[in-house]
Amino acid sequence: MQSIDPAVITIVQEALSTTVKCSGSWTLSHLSRVERQLKTLSPASSLIWDVREVSELDSAGISLYQITIREYEKAGISSTFVGANEDQTKLYHLLYPKAIEKTAPPPIPSWLYTLGLNTHRNIQGIGEFLAFLGEAFVLLFYTLFHPSQIRYRSIVAHIYTTGVQALPIIAVSSFLIGVVIAYQSIVQLQKFGADIFIVDTIGISLTRELAPLITAIVVAGRSGSAFTAQIGAMKMTQEIDAMRTMGFDPFTFLVWPRVFALMIVMPLLIFFADIIGIFGGMVVAQAESHLSFSEFIHRLQGALALKHYLIGILKGPFFAYLIAIVSTYRGFQVSLNTESIGHYTTKSVVNSIFLVIACDALFSILLTELRL
Amino acid sequence: MSRILIEGHDIVTVLGGNLIHDHINFTIRENEIYALLGGSGSGKSTLLREMILLQRLQSGQLKVLGYDLNTITPIEAQNLRRQWGVLFQSGALYSSLSVGENIAMLYREYTDLSTKLINELVALKINLVGLPPHARYLYPSELSGGMIKRAALARALALDPKLLFLDEPTSGLDPLSSRQFDALIRQLRDLLGLTVVMVTHDLGTIHHIIDRFALLGDTKVIAEGSLDEVLRIDHPIVDYFFQKGSHGIKS
Repeated sequence: MQSIDPAVITIVQEALSTTVKCSGSWTLSHLSRVERQLKTLSPASSLIWDVREVSELDSAGISLYQITIREYEKAGISSTFVGANEDQTKLYHLLYPKAIEKTAPPPIPSWLYTLGLNTHRNIQGIGEFLAFLGEAFVLLFYTLFHPSQIRYRSIVAHIYTTGVQALPIIAVSSFLIGVVIAYQSIVQLQKFGADIFIVDTIGISLTRELAPLITAIVVAGRSGSAFTAQIGAMKMTQEIDAMRTMGFDPFTFLVWPRVFALMIVMPLLIFFADIIGIFGGMVVAQAESHLSFSEFIHRLQGALALKHYLIGILKGPFFAYLIAIVSTYRGFQVSLNTESIGHYTTKSVVNSIFLVIACDALFSILLTELRL
Repeated sequence: MSRILIEGHDIVTVLGGNLIHDHINFTIRENEIYALLGGSGSGKSTLLREMILLQRLQSGQLKVLGYDLNTITPIEAQNLRRQWGVLFQSGALYSSLSVGENIAMLYREYTDLSTKLINELVALKINLVGLPPHARYLYPSELSGGMIKRAALARALALDPKLLFLDEPTSGLDPLSSRQFDALIRQLRDLLGLTVVMVTHDLGTIHHIIDRFALLGDTKVIAEGSLDEVLRIDHPIVDYFFQKGSHGIKS
């Protein structure tokens, strides 16, 4: 191992020159003290560096020497060194064959420039998204006329991963939502002795609004992020370029199977969430106000009009379309560095949840105006 | 005879049920450029990964700079890691940091030097590997293949290591760049007193700068020694690897 002798300087002031006696190990881990010491140096007209006692030297030691003498040179104080051995001289000439030219770091742009740049990028982004949508639809129509090009196997595989495998988490979340809604409303309803209306509350709020929304949020977090990450990773490893060169269109192979699969699966998942959510409400109703399951279901038949259920299911394909298109689009935006996968996956989830909520609001307004 | 820095004794490696190394032995001496050669799948990269503590061996003994890798403590391992530099095949530069930050990170983590000195050292290492000064502000995605290799070498050299591990340093470089890279490695070895261990397929590299090497094949070390010594051995894998008799290396 190294001899642990930290780098040391001893200063000898003379009339015309200052001699700096260097000793110890001038290596990376033993330099910090001498670096501070050198700052206190107040030399006369010239400096003599005596390096005979230096036991070890590496590039950090040489750098420290170099930046120190460079600074004194600016102040008009010249430096000479004595006593360097052959190895040290060789290392010095390897590291400083000639003066290393300095380049200034690129300037930091002004806030106005950044603002303009970001605005421009955002506008460009909208254009790129429209181009993506356009290209996707052109290929959709093409495949509709050539049904043999539809990737059925891929659709089925995605139905399995986004649908079947999502059942447990959808079940747990919708059951809990049913429980929460039932608890919150039963407390209020009991004040009026209107316990039986718990059935209406649960039935309508879940099927029409909550089940579709919860399902969409879970799917966006689960499958949307996966779509972005999968396509992003393929982009990074040039798999998408490889597909293009082989004439496999990424839209037909990657985008539409995911979109179709999710549009097929989402209404089914919502239906599943409806059942589990209502069951959650039933459990609470029985525990809190002794409303038996059969009474609950009997009441539900009268209270829950078919249209509420159908509206909820109808939202499914719309939400699915938004989630799948946004997350695949974000996947294609991934660039060649590892950070961008995380960046775009986050963006994809945030955007798709926002779009789902916005779309839900639009449905609410539209359907209320249509008196549905 | 110079000091032995790395010593492998009876190393056995099994990966996923496949026997990769079957009781292999080798020694790497100070200040030499040593290569691990062999066909694809012969386990040379695995051996390199074992030396740099990325993979454990099933049995046998592997000593690096005097530490036995089977019984090394976490603190000793940390100590050891500061004494080597590793250049990965794809560079493995951190893509969220610029080249300069990639290098400076090591100084910030391991030393308490001033920012000014760190800046000087970064400029020095970038110059040392033959990159232009402005390269320090570029991000890895903006570099060409050759520049990535050089930047990664600069990072590997940051802490003035004694040992340098190179995983296919010239793969993906054009022949001229490959020879320049070889010359750089040799120059660094001569002047900084490095010991270099590399995995390579490049016959040019083998011919020009390798002092000694181990040829791996069939889970064994088939031959170890200098090129002249190995070419004298009569073995089908030696013939195949060096394409003896055709346009390969002539002895």
